[in-house]
Amino acid sequence: MIRLEPRLAPSRTMVYGAPLLAVVLTLITGAALFSALGYNPLQSLYLFFIQPISDSYGITELLLKATPLTLCAVGLAVGFRGNVWNIGAEGQLTMGAITAGAIAVTWHDSTSSLMIPIMIVAGLAGGMAWAAIPALLKTRFHANEILTSLMLTYVATFFLGYLVNGPLRDPEGFNFPESRMFGDAALLPMLVEESRLHIGALIALFVVILGWVMMARTLIGFQVKVVGLTPLAAHYAGFSPKKVVWMSLLLGGALAGLAGMFEVAGPIGQLQPVISPGYGFTAIIVAFLGRLHPIGILLAALLVALSYLGGETVQMELSLPLAVTGVFQGMLLFFLLACDVLINYRLSIGFKGKTA
Amino acid sequence: MGKLKAALVAATLALGTTAAQAEEPAKFGFVYVSPIGDAGYTYQHDLGRKAIEEKYGDKIKVSFVESVAEGPDSERVIMNYAKSGYKAVFATSFGYMNPTLKVAKKFPKVAFEHATGYKRAANVNTYLARFYEGRYLVGLVAGKMTKSNVIGYVAAFPIPEVVRGINAFTQGIRAVNPDAQVRVIWTNSWFDPGKEREAADTLIGQGADVLNMHADSPATIQAAEDAGVYAIGYNSDLSKFGPKAHLTASVTNWAPYYVKRVEEVMNGTWKGNQDTWDGLKEDMVQVAPFNDAVPQDVRDLVEKAKADIIAGTLHPFAGPVKDNEGKERIPAGSTMSDGDMLGFNWYVEGVVGKLPN
Amino acid sequence: MIGFEVETLIAILLGVARGATPLVFAAIGELITEKSGVLNLGVEGMMLVGAVAGFIAVVATGSPTLGFFAAMLAGALLASLFAFLVLVLHTNQVASGLALTIFGVGVSAFFGLGYIGTPIKGPQAIHIPVLTDIPVIGPLLFGHDIMVYLAFVLVAATAWFLSKSRWGMILRAVGESHHAAHAIGYPVVMIRFFAILFGGAMCGLAGAYISLIYTPMWAENMTAGRGWIALALVVFATWKPGRALIGAYLFGGVTILQLNVQSLGVDVSAHLMNMLPYIATILVLVLISRDETKIRLNAPACLGKPFRADG
Repeated sequence: MIRLEPRLAPSRTMVYGAPLLAVVLTLITGAALFSALGYNPLQSLYLFFIQPISDSYGITELLLKATPLTLCAVGLAVGFRGNVWNIGAEGQLTMGAITAGAIAVTWHDSTSSLMIPIMIVAGLAGGMAWAAIPALLKTRFHANEILTSLMLTYVATFFLGYLVNGPLRDPEGFNFPESRMFGDAALLPMLVEESRLHIGALIALFVVILGWVMMARTLIGFQVKVVGLTPLAAHYAGFSPKKVVWMSLLLGGALAGLAGMFEVAGPIGQLQPVISPGYGFTAIIVAFLGRLHPIGILLAALLVALSYLGGETVQMELSLPLAVTGVFQGMLLFFLLACDVLINYRLSIGFKGKTA
Repeated sequence: MGKLKAALVAATLALGTTAAQAEEPAKFGFVYVSPIGDAGYTYQHDLGRKAIEEKYGDKIKVSFVESVAEGPDSERVIMNYAKSGYKAVFATSFGYMNPTLKVAKKFPKVAFEHATGYKRAANVNTYLARFYEGRYLVGLVAGKMTKSNVIGYVAAFPIPEVVRGINAFTQGIRAVNPDAQVRVIWTNSWFDPGKEREAADTLIGQGADVLNMHADSPATIQAAEDAGVYAIGYNSDLSKFGPKAHLTASVTNWAPYYVKRVEEVMNGTWKGNQDTWDGLKEDMVQVAPFNDAVPQDVRDLVEKAKADIIAGTLHPFAGPVKDNEGKERIPAGSTMSDGDMLGFNWYVEGVVGKLPN
Repeated sequence: MIGFEVETLIAILLGVARGATPLVFAAIGELITEKSGVLNLGVEGMMLVGAVAGFIAVVATGSPTLGFFAAMLAGALLASLFAFLVLVLHTNQVASGLALTIFGVGVSAFFGLGYIGTPIKGPQAIHIPVLTDIPVIGPLLFGHDIMVYLAFVLVAATAWFLSKSRWGMILRAVGESHHAAHAIGYPVVMIRFFAILFGGAMCGLAGAYISLIYTPMWAENMTAGRGWIALALVVFATWKPGRALIGAYLFGGVTILQLNVQSLGVDVSAHLMNMLPYIATILVLVLISRDETKIRLNAPACLGKPFRADG
């Protein structure tokens, strides 16, 4: 019989071994799934994981797709460590896109080089303001932030729908629900020629490093961790849980808002009824896959982004139905989440009685 | 043997690159906004794709990606087609407009076809069906079949394409039944069977005995079937979802257009910057087979109107047309221009209510 | 004003019941799961899996009863995957729930591939000869399909279970303080496992109601976000089954009312109207949370927190 036994100390091997094991398990079950459906398993896996990043364009696309996931997840992870459960990054991202986008639409013929900095500030502020609501409701009224931040996500989506159907609709757009295209001054500069990879990706990388330093080296990072691990000890040490709630939510909201700004001022270039295909929610999974560590998050975001690109490639090349991709992605997430158990536990295979 | 081999090599060289290219099938890509499913908007596009496959067989390779979100993801899918040597890309949803143009700029030699949009370029064509002609014809059926003179319409988003359909349908109804009125409910979603069902039930509750719809699930037809009233399908023939209720449907047939464009690409005559807006005449818009409940005189009426539209003697928006606040919008003796129809943002007389926003 | 005759009103109310019923099932399932201290955000995924399983069973057997059982089984099966992850492998509940939804959407689409567009005949509204024919009251009380009544029974049974039964009290104790419950000797993991399974089964039932009765068909993603509404309802109801029922009917009522207002030609922004249920839920949450002692009466204190017997 197989049992889980707690380890005395977290396994160092498994810190790196677990995700590798998960990927191997996914590859094996994926290969079984694909061949059961009559597709060549090796070719399918190649198309899924290698083909999408086999040229420089593919790599820029991967980084582009990973950028919003990384930004949201790094912000959320700080809160998760402090036991602050902001699951409304999707709404905060949308709000950041709205505030930044409203500026771009209002001054659409501006050529000022200040446009981008102003929009970045607006995006940060929009996301932050939206996250401030759950923070206020939590600290003032003890309202559970999981639920308030989730509800606010829907409110933000409907608000965006209202705006692009009304006040911010393109006056020359034949009444289609979308804003006018942003002017060139409101579009992010590109990092790589002939690609869509904008400077937002660089900023995201910077945020990852900053997040790492903050959690590892600064007092505030220490406070967050202590409040998360042992609220009582934090209390005696004089750390304020309320401060941690505020800080976590504002930081998470700001980064999500920034991600929203990057999306509208980057690949989208206008306001549309839907800004994000669920980045804010996927980022929660990414945060845990990355074990709430900024570097881990970066790797997890790249892997998840790759699974999206791969899903498109297998459709294009093999006509593999999207439904199969969905099953495969779900499996990948489960294996990654599940294998982490091996860091703190070990499998022991023991028999109740010895039999010959 | 050596000589034979050498001769073969020489022959191959002589034929040059053309032979090599002929072996490699020309590739065509389709981008779909929803799952293909078994009926509805994307399904009709996929029938067109299948028509190409059938016609050209091994000479071409056709591929598709379904459920591509409108926005940044669509640009990547279109881009991947373009840079993988695809000859043409068919982007089948409105939200792919700007992504298509952006990619087209980088790949001037690839042909891009964008459905339902209004922006074109040297290598980007747009195409759209005159759905409204079909809507007018089924409106004639609805106007004749209603007893309560209340007709319901389950609609997705208040965009010009949908408004145009509502108006053409109403014009058809009022041409045979000036007392009838059309009530509209917006679901604000292209696909939400539950909400469409609720909207249809609500309209039936308010006395509607014929329903029409502009959304992607057959829920409206089912609601009519259960309530014992009539319904008219859209995009696909939906009769299997309501054998008694389904009177007919206005159906879109993209196959002739796709076959034509693929042929042009294959023989090098494809040109960009063209806008196609085909209708009954070109068989892009069709009317599905009638239910047994539709009497012969109504069928004849539809056939007659269809012939007149094809002949150009009948136009669904021929003046005088008033809006539903009584203001004359199209004067007698003139018909609405294509440009005005593209931006339709008012209801014709007979539609109840105000257009949102 | 035309339209608001008695028949209209009856039709509206019947529509409200149909819209509310799947929400009631899903919300009650999630409510039990949350009462045990586990937050499962995979409601939407479990509903979809239930919807497709029920549909396939009806196509295969022709029996709606078997369809509903298949849906419960499928929902519970998917939920057991979640239970294994969070209870045995101690993964994070929020992340696992979201992954469950992604997986459920994919799995349901996968198994449903061959069933898109297959028409079926779902179970019809019941008709009790004399009773249903009573004017007005008849159709309102006796004119629904069987599941509408079962939803009421479920709510009553759940309310009784939670407040009166021994196991209900144990369930609440586990959700309130798993360490205390463990110390007394209650099998925390086992109880949570069954609570999650029950939640999955009810979500499966909710999904099957949509694919078999509400809109008898199968289409990918056909629940269109109702799982998330059910999650909101649990909070709106402050974890009380009766209030979840009222909340579901209120939500269904507001939706139908908005549609009616629209078709009568009154100009309202649907987007702004659609926000209202969510804002209302936030307000309710603030009201019940304001007083710390009050929320402790209702909200399970251990919601979302992992339990390790050894830790």
